[in-house]
Amino acid sequence: MVPSYVPLSYYLLLSGFLFACGVVGFLIKRNIITIFMSIELMLNGVNLSFVAFAAHWHALAGQVFVFFVMVVAAAEAAVGLAIIIAVYRTRETLNVDQVNLLKL
Amino acid sequence: MNPNLNLWLIPVLPLAGAAINGFLGKKSSRRAVTTVALFFSGAAFAMALWVAVRFSSLTLPYQEFFAHWIRITGFSADFAFYLDQLSLVMLLVVTGVGFLIHIYSVGYMWDDLSYYRFFSYLNLFMFFMLTLVLANNYLLMFIGWEGVGLASYLLIGFWFTKDSAASAGKKAFIVNRIGDFGFLIALFLLIKHFGSLNFEQVFNSVGHLTVGTESEALLTAIGILLMVGACGKSAQIPLYIWLPDAMEGPTPVSALIHAATMVTAGVYMVARSHAIFDRAPTALAVVAVIGTLTAFFAATIGIAQTDIKKVLAYSTISQLGYMFMACGVGAFSAGIFHLMTHAFFKGLLFLGAGSVIHAVGGEQDMRKMGGLRLYAPWTFLTMTVATFAIAGFPPLAGFFSKDEILWKAFSSEHGSWVFWLIGVITAFITSFYMFRLWFLTFLGDYRGGEVVQHGASHDDHGHNGHGLPHESPMVMIVPLAVLAVLSFIGGWVGIGNRFENFLAPVFQTGTAVATSDVATESMGHLELYLTLVSIGAALLGFYLAYLLYHKRQDLPQKIADSLGRFYLAVAHKYYVDELYATLFVKPLVDGSTRILWLGVDRNIIDATVNDAGDGARQVSDEVRHMQSGNIRSYAGWIAAGSAAVIAFMIWMWTEAR
Repeated sequence: MVPSYVPLSYYLLLSGFLFACGVVGFLIKRNIITIFMSIELMLNGVNLSFVAFAAHWHALAGQVFVFFVMVVAAAEAAVGLAIIIAVYRTRETLNVDQVNLLKL
Repeated sequence: MNPNLNLWLIPVLPLAGAAINGFLGKKSSRRAVTTVALFFSGAAFAMALWVAVRFSSLTLPYQEFFAHWIRITGFSADFAFYLDQLSLVMLLVVTGVGFLIHIYSVGYMWDDLSYYRFFSYLNLFMFFMLTLVLANNYLLMFIGWEGVGLASYLLIGFWFTKDSAASAGKKAFIVNRIGDFGFLIALFLLIKHFGSLNFEQVFNSVGHLTVGTESEALLTAIGILLMVGACGKSAQIPLYIWLPDAMEGPTPVSALIHAATMVTAGVYMVARSHAIFDRAPTALAVVAVIGTLTAFFAATIGIAQTDIKKVLAYSTISQLGYMFMACGVGAFSAGIFHLMTHAFFKGLLFLGAGSVIHAVGGEQDMRKMGGLRLYAPWTFLTMTVATFAIAGFPPLAGFFSKDEILWKAFSSEHGSWVFWLIGVITAFITSFYMFRLWFLTFLGDYRGGEVVQHGASHDDHGHNGHGLPHESPMVMIVPLAVLAVLSFIGGWVGIGNRFENFLAPVFQTGTAVATSDVATESMGHLELYLTLVSIGAALLGFYLAYLLYHKRQDLPQKIADSLGRFYLAVAHKYYVDELYATLFVKPLVDGSTRILWLGVDRNIIDATVNDAGDGARQVSDEVRHMQSGNIRSYAGWIAAGSAAVIAFMIWMWTEAR
């Protein structure tokens, strides 16, 4: 079999780093778009660990999961960005701390 | 096979009346309430008469199953009814006297604001009393027993805005609880040893018990405990104190519940349990002694009372004592006989007293009455019959039953001349205080003022501007007249032992029948002499009352003065209430206040609840800072939590390895 040039642990470390970046970004940033991007970062961190495990164990399920996650992320991006635009139009701000009312 | 009599209808009819009046009465007119109340109590009476007519064609005892109640392994109790000669007598007394008193109440309570409530309670009482009388097992009897207690409580406290009435109701209820406690333990013993509460099964098992000290001890215990229950309900020493206070209730209630029917439930219960008592001579002796003492003791208190209803109350206690004396010497049928005649003449006396109170506008103090024969001739006439009946003048009802009891007390194998002697002395006292009441109320001149004070009066029922005493309306007179006729002729059923022979099948295993057969010639003469003695006692009582309260009206005060402290003690009912207050009530109240309320309730129960509440609030004061509403802080908590879970799992994994 083809030896793996990059060990699994590297992928996992990178995946954990990406996820942690996402978490930290989500927690400290106030701009709603940055928060949105942090969520995407977390999703992709997880995706990376899925494909890494899939390659390592030669199991297809991990790849399939990633497709699902991507589809959901794409749908979420569409809806989320639409909401962000709507929020910006009505409130003229993207600071989440100021968006604390469901109904104006 | 017996035809179906539908006995269950007899108690259920008054219940329907109580429900209709209770739920709809407030909005209905008095006329409608009256119709409902009289219809349902009258229907019960009609049913009872119908049963009595068909009675001779029945094979006895007639039993009727109505519904399952409790069915568990080894024990069952059903809603089932039992009819024999004893319950038939009770049935007729309760429905008959009850119906008459319903009629009377229409007149007596007409002006009361809670007219509908009164009749609803009265019908409810009838329901429970009939359940008690018709039950075929002790448990159903106990339901009726407690139910009449409830009805009694409700009716004593009928004018509950008056403090004395409310506390009299409570007193009656609480004192009865003490008796019921004994009754309940007796029932538990029955279940434990016989596995049943059904009358027939229990008495069968009792009959099959092997003779011996062990079984006798058991039956004695059960008998005495049953008697404790009877002492509560039937106001015997030491639990009689509630009955005089119960006179706070409306007078028809005193007549129906506290003279004619409910208080005789204890006698009925003891008579019903005769199979147990027959085999427990000690318990029987206890019954006889308690009855005799109560009869004498209560009669002496009756002498010094000035409230017309209080005199009658103590008289009732005393007469109930006679009934227990009869049961205690094994003459159950004599006790039931006196129960029946007593229901007639004592019911009449109370109703008459109510009519008197009505006549003088709510006054109850006999010293302010007098001369009422002119103002209320019908009341006077009927009351006279009742007074002569209770005093034991032949040929009125009371003479026959009381004489029967005295004779049995003397001649029965459980009896003794001591019982007889005390009984005769009591008969003399009875005659004295009853004629005292009679002379003070009806003869002489009217001593009340022209206008009697209202509002604060005891039995106030809305008379305004009361002038001279007046006769009661027809609706009150008719029941008086009917009861007067019954008080006159009611004792004749006992001539030639007919009543005793009628009840004989019920008490067959008893000793009463055995002793009545040994009447020889010399015994016949003896009975005649003893009868003459008791008539003499009655005459003496009459003469003394005539002397003191009619001829020489200054004498009573002089006698009272010369007796000094003794008179005071009697007038204060021997300070029994005060004694109980210091012996039982005060320690109980103090203990409850200091230990149970301030100790247990405040420091333990309240403290636990309050501390739990305070603790919860303090904790949440801290914890609520977590719920800031800031989404990113929530996300932080989630992240921290996930990290903690993951760390824990890693730790577990390393530990496991």
